[in-house]
Amino acid sequence: METIVFSLLNGVIYGLLLFMLSSGLTLIFSMMGVLNFAHASFYMLGAYFAYSIAGVTNFWIALILAPVLVGLVGAAVEKWGLRSVHANGHVAELLFTFGLAYLIDEVVKIIWGRNAVDYRVPELLDFPMFELFGAQYPAYRVFILLVSVGMLAALWFILNRTRAGLIIQAALTHPHMVGHLGHNVPRIFMSVFGAGCALAGLAGVIGGNYLVTDPAMAVQMGPIVFVVVVVGGLGSLTGAFLAAMLLGLMQTFAVGIDASFADIFGWLGLSATSELGGITIASLAPMIPFLMLVLILMVRPRGLMGDREL
Amino acid sequence: MQSNSVQSYEHLAPSRAVKIRQRFVPFVVMAVVLLLIPFFDPSRTMYSLTAAMGINIVFALSYNMLLGRGGLLSFGHAVYFGLGGYAALHAMNAIDAGNSAFWSNYPVFMLPVVGFAIGALAGAVIGWPSCKRSGVPFAMISLGVAELVAAAGYMFGSIFGGEMGVTGDRMVGPQAFGLSMGPVEDVYWFIAFWTFVGTLGIYAFTRTPLGKMSEATRDNPERVQFVGYDPNRVRYLVFIFAGAFAGLAGGMSAVNYEIFTPESLSLVPSGLVLLMAYIGGIRYFTGPIMGAILLTYMQSMLSDYSEAWLLYLGLLFIAIVMYAPGGVAGMVFGLLEIFRHGGAREMLIRRVQQAVGVALAFTGLVILIEVAVRWSNGYGEVFEPFGLHLGIDTPLSWILILGFFGAGFVTLRLARNNEEGHA
Amino acid sequence: MKLVKSAALAAAMGFAAMGASAETVKIAFIDPLSGPFGPSGDAGFKQWSHAVSEVNEAGGMNGADLEMVPFDNKVSPKESLVQLQKAIDRGIRFIAQGNGSSVASAIIDAVNKHNKRNPGDEILFLNYAAVDPAFTNEKCSFWHFRFDSHVDMKMSAATDWIAERDEIEKVYVIGQDYSFGKAVASAAVGQLEEKRPDIEIVGNELHPLGRVKDFTPYIQKIISSDADAVITGNWGADMVLLVKAAIDSGLEAPILTYYGGSLGAATAMGEAAVGQVMQISEFVENYPTTDEQIARIEDFEETYSENDYYYHRAYNAVHFLDMAAEKAGSNDPVDIAFAMEGMTYEGPYGTVTMRAEDHQVLQDLFVSTFSADVERDVEDTGLGWTASDEARIPASATAPPTSCEMERPSR
Repeated sequence: METIVFSLLNGVIYGLLLFMLSSGLTLIFSMMGVLNFAHASFYMLGAYFAYSIAGVTNFWIALILAPVLVGLVGAAVEKWGLRSVHANGHVAELLFTFGLAYLIDEVVKIIWGRNAVDYRVPELLDFPMFELFGAQYPAYRVFILLVSVGMLAALWFILNRTRAGLIIQAALTHPHMVGHLGHNVPRIFMSVFGAGCALAGLAGVIGGNYLVTDPAMAVQMGPIVFVVVVVGGLGSLTGAFLAAMLLGLMQTFAVGIDASFADIFGWLGLSATSELGGITIASLAPMIPFLMLVLILMVRPRGLMGDREL
Repeated sequence: MQSNSVQSYEHLAPSRAVKIRQRFVPFVVMAVVLLLIPFFDPSRTMYSLTAAMGINIVFALSYNMLLGRGGLLSFGHAVYFGLGGYAALHAMNAIDAGNSAFWSNYPVFMLPVVGFAIGALAGAVIGWPSCKRSGVPFAMISLGVAELVAAAGYMFGSIFGGEMGVTGDRMVGPQAFGLSMGPVEDVYWFIAFWTFVGTLGIYAFTRTPLGKMSEATRDNPERVQFVGYDPNRVRYLVFIFAGAFAGLAGGMSAVNYEIFTPESLSLVPSGLVLLMAYIGGIRYFTGPIMGAILLTYMQSMLSDYSEAWLLYLGLLFIAIVMYAPGGVAGMVFGLLEIFRHGGAREMLIRRVQQAVGVALAFTGLVILIEVAVRWSNGYGEVFEPFGLHLGIDTPLSWILILGFFGAGFVTLRLARNNEEGHA
Repeated sequence: MKLVKSAALAAAMGFAAMGASAETVKIAFIDPLSGPFGPSGDAGFKQWSHAVSEVNEAGGMNGADLEMVPFDNKVSPKESLVQLQKAIDRGIRFIAQGNGSSVASAIIDAVNKHNKRNPGDEILFLNYAAVDPAFTNEKCSFWHFRFDSHVDMKMSAATDWIAERDEIEKVYVIGQDYSFGKAVASAAVGQLEEKRPDIEIVGNELHPLGRVKDFTPYIQKIISSDADAVITGNWGADMVLLVKAAIDSGLEAPILTYYGGSLGAATAMGEAAVGQVMQISEFVENYPTTDEQIARIEDFEETYSENDYYYHRAYNAVHFLDMAAEKAGSNDPVDIAFAMEGMTYEGPYGTVTMRAEDHQVLQDLFVSTFSADVERDVEDTGLGWTASDEARIPASATAPPTSCEMERPSR
């Protein structure tokens, strides 16, 4: 019982964080066809910007300012980098962002050092919120939950209730048609790219002190973000949301399970002392996203909710 | 080696002389170079470096069978390199154990054959589902597979050795060609031999009908289908061969380093081989060779001289993606072309102008990066090229940085204006 | 890093093959200097550099200056061998490494092979922290000297501590999923079984090395298992994040650690961990000692203001090296290795002996406690490590028998 409740709580928080990180990429990918390898690097930038800003001022200013800065960096990258590669096709764009990820990694190492920085949870939120089955639940996690839900609501509102949102929605599914209707497609692309990066930056701001802020955080998150986008499906934020929650829950639940292959497949004669039998479900947790990625691409290439194939 | 860009357009079919010049002479040159290197009495460092280069040349060439020749972008090519290498190491340990008649008579020198076979097998198994797609889905599948195999590497200790990896001793079993495989000089001959065989093998593959069909599938899969070939089948077969040659390189690496760890299956080495092939130039057969030599050099030499070498690598890669999709090989052959067709003096001047501009701007960038790196380390160390003292708070640093940048951009702008004036 | 550069330039031009000059003896320091375990390696490098400067000020090793040359191995065995090769190519003949038993195992193999293939050009491996028992038992090598007490020795101190406390009935073991973590787990289970058969091991968990970012799920498992004590061998970021999650979730059971002194752990633990976290080590900052040692600690913390004095064994290693060189009258690794066998050294925390049979150091160990009442704090937290005399375990009590069958080269 304890395990289930805790895994549920942690899984939901992790899932929301993943969604915040991936929603921007889903927008970018669906609209521009660019699978941005550097997306997780913008997440990392968000955390580092927040660390520096919070060092000078405080966390709350960083919470607003850091994502905006990341968004500006993203928009600049789109305008002066991606746009000129666009003519050479999607693979060139993919490679460009691949190189960009290397670049951002190294620049971060030069500016902030090779090791983790001490980016702390703000003191205002550094207390146990409530106690559950003898374990305390930190308030900051609840804060992450609130910020994520707030962002979700804001995103939904912008996409469904504003003119800009409607254009973006149209561009998601029919990018060419939107261009023919006379909208400035390059500018839409730039703003969406910037906004997507800002969302990743926001995830970095609130995820950086919840997890660890170090130069490896982009590399670790990068592939998982792809999984969310691909599994969710092209052009579908709902799909990305479902995929993120699914991944978050599956990964945290797996850690909580003590069973090994021998316990599950014991009836097939698998013994606990054999190598295969000794593998626990918990140790499989990091593999789950990629198993999902490969299976989805082979079985259902359009993803859970996608409206077209990759 | 062979150059695609230098073609005689008078006759569509290459003449006998051209064939010899393009296909035969480069390999003779390569063999001579490989044979001559030891006579210059290289240091141990040079031997280590050439060994790493040889391995990377074969690995990068095998990768280019997918990316350059087949149009398949893979983020998981190190899987085949790693599996081939692991297989070779296990075989090496089997030779050491001497339990079976077959292995105890198997020379370590021939271990890359084991790597080749296992690489091909892995390619056949993994390629079967993944080659049903191409383009971005193929890239994503390769990424997922790489992550899965790397994770499995940490799980199955008896095969992959866990964090510790699998180690072996190359000085076992019967000797081939009188090489004990112990000292670096012996290993050099081993590496040289297999680098030559690997390069020749991959080149030969591009001349086969399958190699030709692979290029056709890259350029126009629909048309290939109309002609009666199945593009998926072509991709699948190419994939198997690419895996096999990657496994061959893995076998070379197994003998050279005598260790394989699960991280060699991961995305990092896969990314590095992509950089090698692309920076070298994926449209040229020799491109990946140049890329492998350049990157290996950067990795082992530049990395000692500047901690920011990965940053330079990233910059180089982005610059090539944006401005020179032909890579290093493209630039080299472009220059050769200019030289060969005399009368293009203006063109040459413009190229020189561009090169000077890039060099100036790059110098500014290098000063900026080196000053920043030392400042970031916080050991109080200062960048001091040619006796200059360039700290983060020295005005001279910033004057130099801005000066070089400015001069570079002005020169580039002039070059562009010239070009436009002539166009 | 600057040390590398001049060496690299020389190497690039092919001069390095001639070997180090007579004036300096170089020691290659192969450890992580970046990534999740970067702080551990960096702290070790600083401590070694300080220890080496001490010898140099006293006239050097047989008159030759010692110099530490850093190589970043990112805790990868393969990368370590590449770096080792580089070091050898540059003529360096002493190797220092400590972080990661998987790395140490690869280096021992490589050093054995190198020395077999290149007689007259032998290299020596000074292991200051890799504590897999195998290295001085079944895998023992003449070319390897260990200056830290190994897993079983430290565990015997920890299990003694638990055995004395009757209120402890359930123990949870958590560690990193590689040879060292597994050695810790099996030592804990085996020794508790022997000393206190009534204790129940309620959890024995291994997590991936350096890849877990949030330990909360593991901590919640520990809390729901009702464990009375936790044993962990975690180090580096894995240690810091584990205690961070433990404190955040309000885990109350005592935590027995090998490396509670890992850089950043004290900050993460804070006041809440006082009296709860224990560390088994050869050095305790607030244990009474000689004036000389206090001066050394102060000098180190002044030179490297961001670090606390931690790797005392680096000094032991460097002094053993210096003494052995003097005894042998030579700076040759083979002579030094023979001279070092069985050598003893009167240190500030008792006698240190290099056992000849297996090249394992024997030294007193302490079970220290994280405390608020300290003279010397760590990481400017006002908190630090203390140990009473009862918490001092004499070297003889921790010395296990060895299964080593040493193969010595002929002289």
